[in-house]
Amino acid sequence: MGIWQSYRLRIQRRRWLVRAIRKRRELRTVANRTNRIRPSDLLVFSTLRNEVVRLPYFLEYYREQGINHFLIVDNDSTDGSREYLEKQPDVSVWSSGHSYKRSRFGVDWLNWLQMRYGHGHWCLTVDPDEFLIYPFCDTRPLRALTDWLDASSIKSFSAMLLDMYPKGRLNEQPYRPGQDPFEIASWFDAGNYAIEKNKKFGNLWIQGGPRSRVFFPDTPELAPALNKIPLVKWDRRYSYVSSTHMLLPRGLNQVYDEWGGEKASGILLHAKFLDTFTVKAAEELERKQHYAASVEYKAYAESMRDDPELWCKWSEKYINWRQLEILGLMSKGNWA
Amino acid sequence: MSVGIIMLVHTALDRAEQVARHWAAAGCSVVIHVDGNVGRKTNAAFQKSLSDVADIQFCKRHKCEWGTWGIVAAAQSAAEQILANFENVRHVYLSSGSCLPLRPVDELIEYLDSRPRTDFIESATTADVPWTVGGLDQERFTMRFPFSWKRHRYLFDKYVELQRFVGWKRKIPNGLVPHMGSQWWCLTRQTLSAILEDPERDTYDTYFSKVWIPDESYFQTLARQYSTNIESRSLTLSKFDFQGKPHIFYDDHLQLLRRSDCFVARKIWPRAERLYSAFLTDAAGAMKKTEPNPAKIDRIFAKAVERRTRGRPGLYMQSRFPNQDWENGVTSGRYSVFEGFSDLFEDFEPWLAKATGSKVHGHLFHKEYVEFSGKQTAINGALSDSAAHRDYNPNAFLTNLIWNTRGERQCFQYGPSDNQKVGWTLARDPNAQISVISGAWAVPLFKSNRNFAEIRKIAAKMQQIESKHLNVLRSPHAKARIRIWTMAEFIEAPMEPLQTIIDEIGQNALRRLAEVPRMTDLKGFGQFLQNLKNQGMHPYLMGDFPVYSEDDLAPNSQPRKPYLVQ
Repeated sequence: MGIWQSYRLRIQRRRWLVRAIRKRRELRTVANRTNRIRPSDLLVFSTLRNEVVRLPYFLEYYREQGINHFLIVDNDSTDGSREYLEKQPDVSVWSSGHSYKRSRFGVDWLNWLQMRYGHGHWCLTVDPDEFLIYPFCDTRPLRALTDWLDASSIKSFSAMLLDMYPKGRLNEQPYRPGQDPFEIASWFDAGNYAIEKNKKFGNLWIQGGPRSRVFFPDTPELAPALNKIPLVKWDRRYSYVSSTHMLLPRGLNQVYDEWGGEKASGILLHAKFLDTFTVKAAEELERKQHYAASVEYKAYAESMRDDPELWCKWSEKYINWRQLEILGLMSKGNWA
Repeated sequence: MSVGIIMLVHTALDRAEQVARHWAAAGCSVVIHVDGNVGRKTNAAFQKSLSDVADIQFCKRHKCEWGTWGIVAAAQSAAEQILANFENVRHVYLSSGSCLPLRPVDELIEYLDSRPRTDFIESATTADVPWTVGGLDQERFTMRFPFSWKRHRYLFDKYVELQRFVGWKRKIPNGLVPHMGSQWWCLTRQTLSAILEDPERDTYDTYFSKVWIPDESYFQTLARQYSTNIESRSLTLSKFDFQGKPHIFYDDHLQLLRRSDCFVARKIWPRAERLYSAFLTDAAGAMKKTEPNPAKIDRIFAKAVERRTRGRPGLYMQSRFPNQDWENGVTSGRYSVFEGFSDLFEDFEPWLAKATGSKVHGHLFHKEYVEFSGKQTAINGALSDSAAHRDYNPNAFLTNLIWNTRGERQCFQYGPSDNQKVGWTLARDPNAQISVISGAWAVPLFKSNRNFAEIRKIAAKMQQIESKHLNVLRSPHAKARIRIWTMAEFIEAPMEPLQTIIDEIGQNALRRLAEVPRMTDLKGFGQFLQNLKNQGMHPYLMGDFPVYSEDDLAPNSQPRKPYLVQ
């Protein structure tokens, strides 16, 4: 990479940071408990809208893993999400009635909060339907991983998004608050992912999975990206560029080995496809607040009319992280 | 006789306190060195917390940075203190705050008592050790390292380069032979005091203080001068990864550590509650009196290093995306590509499946569809049969297919009417077995009921594509097992090549083929080629076909059964 390219990326990073600072005005404090954050705490950053059904399990799951504090932006929920979060002792809540799309799908808001509160912490940026799986997550807390990453001088940790789906129709089994969503959506696609390198930012571009298979059978290039780098030892100069798919400075995107070895990586189990999905898809299509003119939601709506089944004969049933590692979806790297 | 323990601590002081108490409770004398980088208040609190134990002392503090002299200075101060203040100490054991005794301390004391003259210190000459990181082995001893490797890497590297360029070399004093090894040792009072009281110590200290990572070489080298009985191994179980960092032990290693029979392990994650409570409180342990046996742990960590440096061949994923030619295997397993066979033989695919017992697909790269075996719409790993998906990334399609079906050999048909983008990947993949009957694509044209002008056009195009493809297969960069026959060559004696291919696939034990695929009726094919020639197209890939073959002349046109099973 030449000096010129490097300079341009630097300018771009500055621009996103300035934008994030400007966008802070769109956030209204609902409950700011950030004074409880201690220097070595693990933080979760999230932005959501109308997810009250999912929140109990979401918070419980990450508390269990050892997250100390949640920083959440509520984008105009009407179902009581904000009130629910406000009552939690380890959650700080901001709300915004502004456009999700014009905050670059929440990235600007979170960039601001990370700049303000995340500096020097391991920050996990996830949606309420994303659940982090990392090597040895059944026997070691998240802090074991972050301590090891610190000791290995690794600053960012990749976790590919793995779409989980139920067997049968999506709305056959209703999801109850507090329930483990993967009791219902316990299936996934094991081996149909296509990877491309993004030369400019140095990240990998991964597409595939059930969404691509069912919703985009003829236009795979439109299928959503699955590469994510959700766990980062944050510095106030860092900035997410597009969702959590890539960051600047671009060195943080180098989460893969190019000389044949495997770096350690995890998985974000994606519990999008529950019975709540049909309603959500219709609503999001109406709001037109999603990526690329909501092309994803248009495709969903189109297919949902025929009420498709994502499950197929070759779907794999989720057991544990070791299964995902054997299938080659994630890796222990040299963590043993 | 008692054992003296030196503990070098810098973080997780609460754990260090726990371990120090454990040593002291078992009758060991302990001298603790607290890193000079630890704050004054923290240090005072730590010392106070241990003030109730008589046999625990604190020594003069030095700043310890990885790779620098501070760590040796710390060990020296602590060792001097322990030898001076605890008369009955015979062995001195150097450990760190993140070390954890795995076996009852009594066993260690007993073990050392029965070996009163033995120094346990890993010590090997630089030529014999594989573990040096950063490519500096002998040069550690002949260069100067004034810059920190951790904080000023650029200066560190540049200064090494400069010294190499100019050829500056330091002299090693008094003909010492540099030895290296694990920094965690256990030395006898005799050896240790000889090192510390050596009249030349100032010379050695001055010299080693400029050596890189002296904690791995100072005692290791000098012990060779004085010890009468060196056992070149460390009693501390400590594993290093490919960057030279110690592996860390967690709760889930409990059983593994128990079975290792090592005396002390390093490094333990400070929050590994189960490990600390299991090894520090449970004294049962049943006296086993076995020699330490870290082999099992070795395997696990060796595997981890292998995974990090070589990875799983043929796997492409979020954290392994090798550059071309660095894959260590383009795909994960052997597979076979057949070109022209299904054109020439009518029942080639079922026959092949039967003969080899492998999974036989049709044209996986057909322009309009993906012909999985059994006409399935998806296959292992939910790989879909959408041609659009496949063409979006044909290489990923191929590598996914082979990865998903690990353990089952895949065969598929390929030809000039298929997507050609994958051609190079096939050719440079040592796992691919590619067999080509060149020109066989003309057979379906010959059988088709199209206008001749159209046939001529298609034939010209096919020939062009196949000829390009053959050039790729014949390139010196092609690594696959490639066999190419012209069609004329092949039908002359089809059994021999078929047998070779099947033998190479080798699913079944070597045996002669009992059944052969049925070759399509080629009566009039020679004339067909001649017609193409007459139209100004020159079909050459199929080899030399006579215009009239014997079959054509035969009066009754029985379907041809031309070859024998030998």
